[in-house]
Amino acid sequence: MRLWKTILAAAMLSLATGTSAFAARTDLVIGIPLEPPHLDPTAGAAAAIDEVLYANVFEGLTRIGPNGEVLPDLAESWTISDDGKVYTFKLHTSVKFHDGTDFDASDVKFSLDRARADNSVNAQKGLFAAIETVDVVDPATVKVTLKNPQGSFLYNMGWGDAVIVAPESADTNKEKPIGTGPFKFQSWAKGSSITLVKSDNYWGTPASLDKAEFRIVPDAAAYVPALLSGDIQAFPFFDADSVAQVKDDPRFKVVIGATEGETILSINNKKPPFDKLQVRQAISYALDRKAIIDGASAGLGVPIGSHMSPANKDYLDLTGRYPHDVAKAKELLKEAGLENGFKATLKLPPPSYARLGGEIIASELRDVGIDLEIIPVEWAQWLDQVFTKKDYDLTIVSHTEPNDIDIYSRKDYYFNYDNPAFDKVIADLNLTSDEAKRKELLGQAQKILADDAVVGFLFELPKVGVWDAKLQGLWENAPIQANDLTKVKWSE
Amino acid sequence: MTAYLLKRLAIAVATLVLASMVVFAVLEILPGDPARLMLGMNASADQVELLRNQLGLNAPLPWRYLHWTGGLLSLDFGRSYTYSVPVIDLVRERLAVSLPLALIALALSTVIAIPVGLYSASRRGRAGDTVAMGAAQLGVAVPNFWFALMLIYVFAVWLRLVPAGGFPGWSAGVWPALKSLLLPAVALALPQAAILARVTRSALIEVLNEDYIRTARAKGLPYRAVLWRHALRNAMIPVLTILGLQFAFLLAGTIIIENVFYLPGLGRLVFQAITQRDLIVVESVVMLLVAAVIAVNLLVDLSYAVVDPRLRSRQ
Repeated sequence: MRLWKTILAAAMLSLATGTSAFAARTDLVIGIPLEPPHLDPTAGAAAAIDEVLYANVFEGLTRIGPNGEVLPDLAESWTISDDGKVYTFKLHTSVKFHDGTDFDASDVKFSLDRARADNSVNAQKGLFAAIETVDVVDPATVKVTLKNPQGSFLYNMGWGDAVIVAPESADTNKEKPIGTGPFKFQSWAKGSSITLVKSDNYWGTPASLDKAEFRIVPDAAAYVPALLSGDIQAFPFFDADSVAQVKDDPRFKVVIGATEGETILSINNKKPPFDKLQVRQAISYALDRKAIIDGASAGLGVPIGSHMSPANKDYLDLTGRYPHDVAKAKELLKEAGLENGFKATLKLPPPSYARLGGEIIASELRDVGIDLEIIPVEWAQWLDQVFTKKDYDLTIVSHTEPNDIDIYSRKDYYFNYDNPAFDKVIADLNLTSDEAKRKELLGQAQKILADDAVVGFLFELPKVGVWDAKLQGLWENAPIQANDLTKVKWSE
Repeated sequence: MTAYLLKRLAIAVATLVLASMVVFAVLEILPGDPARLMLGMNASADQVELLRNQLGLNAPLPWRYLHWTGGLLSLDFGRSYTYSVPVIDLVRERLAVSLPLALIALALSTVIAIPVGLYSASRRGRAGDTVAMGAAQLGVAVPNFWFALMLIYVFAVWLRLVPAGGFPGWSAGVWPALKSLLLPAVALALPQAAILARVTRSALIEVLNEDYIRTARAKGLPYRAVLWRHALRNAMIPVLTILGLQFAFLLAGTIIIENVFYLPGLGRLVFQAITQRDLIVVESVVMLLVAAVIAVNLLVDLSYAVVDPRLRSRQ
């Protein structure tokens, strides 16, 4: 018996020392739920494209940091003219694309002109709408002239859709992306995985990882076994309902962060009876955010009272504007002449926050006399019927684009909301670059939306990341859609 | 024999044409716009229209149908909207997973089912038969995704013999690729084997009651020889029919198992293409599958003629 114990102890010791004798790992396999349709961030809205390539393979003039801040990237510094219309960017020199061609100001001009061209199918063409001209001053300096001052211009240039591409490779980036980042593209096994390797001639701080593989795992049921078997070491976007299975396991780290996904109960503001303010306010009073968050996001979401992420520096806490109050809701409905309640439909897209949240919201609205018929739809149907044709009463969706409060001022947007006072605030905001002034305007915008109860504000979608406890440097929050691996490394 | 063959072929061609019409019509009615899906919620209506034109989605329906079927005839399956690569390339990549997987699963299920069926039929009503058929009943009843998860926990998480999922590609070597197909093949094969074993058993039992079996036994042939030479051969027709159906299912109907093991198979390609409204991919892949099913059925029909000489001589 004692002999066995000795042998066992010796074996374990040799195993332990054996593993620690190796240097820290330099490879990483990351699980992602959706496969990117192609690999060109300037030619599609799919979040999965940026979640593989942003900051890793492609870089922009500026970039967005882990907490949503604007940082210099290919532009080392910049100056802004006094009228706020001319941005002069000083570029890093001796930067090369992965195919060996040089990066200079002409690539910046090419990329920005391409994105805003008439025939451009850039999914975020609005980011470039303010640009009047892009001029090459010298190979290391580029001057961008705007039609009008735009407060968010530097932020806009940090989006994945605004990354700098080379004229030599722009047309083939969908299959073989060529950027300037610390990782270069190696291979794409369709339906299976995308592999990046460290770039040897990177201009900045080189990456710690030699190789990163993004493996596509569509089914949440496969996440836990993939982690337990060691096949995959990180899921930056884990399934909230499976967290319980790994949260007490010391081999893994569970990190709950914030996204830019405002999850809302969208209301068709022009369709009676939702055109009445009292009806929309009644809905807001009827919602019990706590119950919705518990049911639709395993209790991990953060409540919101307007269209802004609580992680944002300009966030204003308006969650107390409409406390859960059934009596008040009924009273407002009575004022609107609907004391007997009414019937409406609730269209639900596939994500579980919508399907699960929808059940709870339907039961909460039933308590105040609003009888909802739940209609589950696919994304394609949702985009077609709800978003494009505005054929809906209520729907639940998470608006994941960062800093997108301006959607409420867009003409013909699917909320059908039209408030000149709000439009004025957004128009002023676009022309303002002073931080304090912007904060004030953004506060006003949030308040107007809450007062008008434009939609039912529910919660900020949580980012649930689970990864190997020895892994460092992955983002806790998701201020933009990205899996930035530039600072990721294994601890000893 | 020639007439039999020609008739089968004519039916196959007519089925293909009919299927192409149904597939095209059904998918075109489906609400949803691939261009809007690709550009997302921030793109303007003009931009969506621009992309629709670029993708050729604004051409009249009959023209698009003829363009598509004309392409199919010259083996041009079109270009995927979302991936913007030829559909045939996508299919080829996926078949490199789905075809070996289907074949391994089919082989496994046959190797398990036929002996079990034989054993059960020859021991009808005895303990061995009851146990075997009880197990088969269980095999039919257990949901295959649950069975797949159990396999993963035992062989990948606990014993670490095989990966929990994913497919490294054939370029990574034959053994690593095969290793990653092993568990999914078992997960797919067992329920199929259970069905096949039950069919084999009942077909055999029916045949074993025939007069010629008694005659064969009476003329002194050993039981084993009767079973293999006379009974099994005559029981093959229902077994082959089921095998043909199972192959068609294994090729494309394995989306659940592909998801659990995150394998890039044909089923997932179609599923993904439907959600993204990549209609050209769905249409072309479905047509290929229809063609495959028809071809397999044709083969099964022909194999009837091989196992049953009466079908050969009948004009």
